[in-house]
Amino acid sequence: MAEVPEPTHRRRSHAGTRDLERYAGLFAERTGVMRSSAMRDLMAITARPEVISLAGGLPDTSTFPPHSFAAQMTRIAQESAAKALQYGPTEGFEETKDCILEVMGAEGMLPDPDDIIVTTGGQQAIDLVCKTLIDPGDVVICEAPTYPGAIPTLCSYQADVVQVECDEDGMQVEALEQLLGELRSEERRPKFIYSVPSFQNPAGVTMSLRRRHRLVELARSQELLVVEDNPYGLLRYGGEPMPPLYQLDGGDFVIYLGTFSKILSPGIRLGWAVAPPPVMEKIVLGKQAADLCTSTLTQYFVREYFAERRWQRYVDDLVEIYRARRDTMVEALRTYFPAEATWTEPEGGLFIWATLPDYIDTSDLLAKALRADVAFVPGQAAYVDGRGSHSMRLNFSGVDEEEIREGVRRIGKVIAEQVELYGTLTGEQRAPEPAEETQPNVVPFRKAEEA
Amino acid sequence: MKVAVLKGGRSLERGVSLRSGARVEDALQRLGHEVLPIDVGPDLVKRLIAERPDVAFVAMHGVGGEDGTVQELLEILGIPFTGPGAAACARCMDKVQAKDAIDEEGLPTPHWFAFNQTAFREFGAADALGRLGETLGFPLVVKPSRGGSSLGVKFAASAAEVPQALISAFSYDDRILLERFVDGRELAVSILGDEPLPVVEAILLEGDRYDFEARYEIGRTRFVCPAELSAEEERAVTEAALATYRALGCTGFARIDLILGADGPWLLEANAIPGLTDTSLLPQAAEAAGLSFEELVERILDLALKPAAA
Repeated sequence: MAEVPEPTHRRRSHAGTRDLERYAGLFAERTGVMRSSAMRDLMAITARPEVISLAGGLPDTSTFPPHSFAAQMTRIAQESAAKALQYGPTEGFEETKDCILEVMGAEGMLPDPDDIIVTTGGQQAIDLVCKTLIDPGDVVICEAPTYPGAIPTLCSYQADVVQVECDEDGMQVEALEQLLGELRSEERRPKFIYSVPSFQNPAGVTMSLRRRHRLVELARSQELLVVEDNPYGLLRYGGEPMPPLYQLDGGDFVIYLGTFSKILSPGIRLGWAVAPPPVMEKIVLGKQAADLCTSTLTQYFVREYFAERRWQRYVDDLVEIYRARRDTMVEALRTYFPAEATWTEPEGGLFIWATLPDYIDTSDLLAKALRADVAFVPGQAAYVDGRGSHSMRLNFSGVDEEEIREGVRRIGKVIAEQVELYGTLTGEQRAPEPAEETQPNVVPFRKAEEA
Repeated sequence: MKVAVLKGGRSLERGVSLRSGARVEDALQRLGHEVLPIDVGPDLVKRLIAERPDVAFVAMHGVGGEDGTVQELLEILGIPFTGPGAAACARCMDKVQAKDAIDEEGLPTPHWFAFNQTAFREFGAADALGRLGETLGFPLVVKPSRGGSSLGVKFAASAAEVPQALISAFSYDDRILLERFVDGRELAVSILGDEPLPVVEAILLEGDRYDFEARYEIGRTRFVCPAELSAEEERAVTEAALATYRALGCTGFARIDLILGADGPWLLEANAIPGLTDTSLLPQAAEAAGLSFEELVERILDLALKPAAA
């Protein structure tokens, strides 16, 4: 899902532009799977200023102190202008890797700096892993639902994406084992298993310790690669910290993806991947072909920023802000969503996954919600096979508490209208009462979804 | 010539409209016109009065731009514009009105019933659903009366699926229709001025015919133009489309969608402002007739400026 609004005005230069169909015969086959859909068009209007968008995945960058930003950039200009404006090594600067080691160290991981590559955001890390490992038709296993932004990447490499159900403890590793068995009998070996084990996007769920151990065991015994995407690990608002898969495995079969986007800024486009040396060698070649190196300027910025030794305090501040916003959203869901709805209560991250009665299609509901000036991501965006149509992803990090409350109220109102109408249509008259405040509507996944 | 390109707006089809508009602007520029792009908002009338364009190219889809609202304003301001007039747009946009007009003309359109939410909420229309299913048979199609692309269109394979389909359709409009499903080939006839362009056929590659989303996803539907039709079929289809175009009072251009069943053509709906993006059907049909996109745009402008001579 694009997190950045589309520009509404576009001026192409007129000289040399031609109509698309004149190029159509030249397009690579893989562009055919890069789909545009009516739903994506709907998302285009969420950028209207009057719309409260709970659809984005934006961290709040408004609390980053401008004077601190100015001081760091001034220091770079005065002390390192020539270097900061030059190309850098493809793998990234050693100093950037030191910052990465600090961040990973905060979650108990100790990788070898030589196993790290600095990437242009975490999204490029996903792309490079796919580029390195996927041939057309290869099986890749993801969670169901999975990060909506990974789907176009996987599809553009023509992967055969198979999704394994999640519940409140993350990916159902038991179901994964069964799937692996089935694939083995077809002599198909998945290229990797993609997982966001902590505070998953979009479901907000966290993989239990037992499942983490089991997944790593499976990977080691069957020599399978797991790609652990962990953008939110440090954004924990409750519960006990969980060891990353990378830590449990030691880095033999787990490729780890990290990012500065959620703990500092997505605008600097800095992420990273950690992989075993033979895999890293190929990733580096892929990165060289893609963009030579990650922005040296923003790597200098991160270096300066980490030198101030306040990055953890900033993360603590973000945790305070996001915890309050999560609480507000959960509270608003209890107040405004009908009793038939369920949702996850994440211990961290940026998202809540809400599931509605199965007669409500959330892509259609979005059209109605947009008329009420509120937006969310329809659940279908997190599946490759059209499932998820009764669920929605709600973001609580990008808007303030008042807007969260109002946004959830507006969505609740359009749902209540549909619930009431359904009652009228089926003769099951029932009042669209909001859920009782005491009722814990936290059954995160309906069994109906699995059918 | 100074041409205002009206695009965007607040409709659900804003995205498609922006793409149509951008493509038209490029073509107009290549043709040497002065282009005034307008993303339609509350300042529309003020801007049109201040800028005094010679003609307005309406590249808007859905409610507001395709339903006669903008056309009515342009008529009041005395600015010639492309595509059908306000009244014809209003008729095309509302599928129930369009089917009424088609039916009155004695043209074949699948049997249907229309309801608004009040009928269900206040008059217990749900109790009529059983009888209605018997009359129309299953599967049946549920559509919002006003809505573009495939938004909110659902199939119900059985009576049990009807309420859910109604909920989706009512997300887009207060009035919906339930329509008999006609099995056959999906065809679209674009009409330019009074001339039918070659017929386009939509062939689903993936998924089944009950999956409307597939139709609008690149790569899941193949469009064949000109469609492979016998001379007799082509005549029947084109005549039915032209008669519909006239019955609805269209001028300039429009696209008529129909199903060619075993017993002949069944008219579904008319699009007063069909898409003009690189994957849209009207430009494909024009190209099959030997008209480049620039030539198509120039012809549409001519029709707007001198409708009588067209």
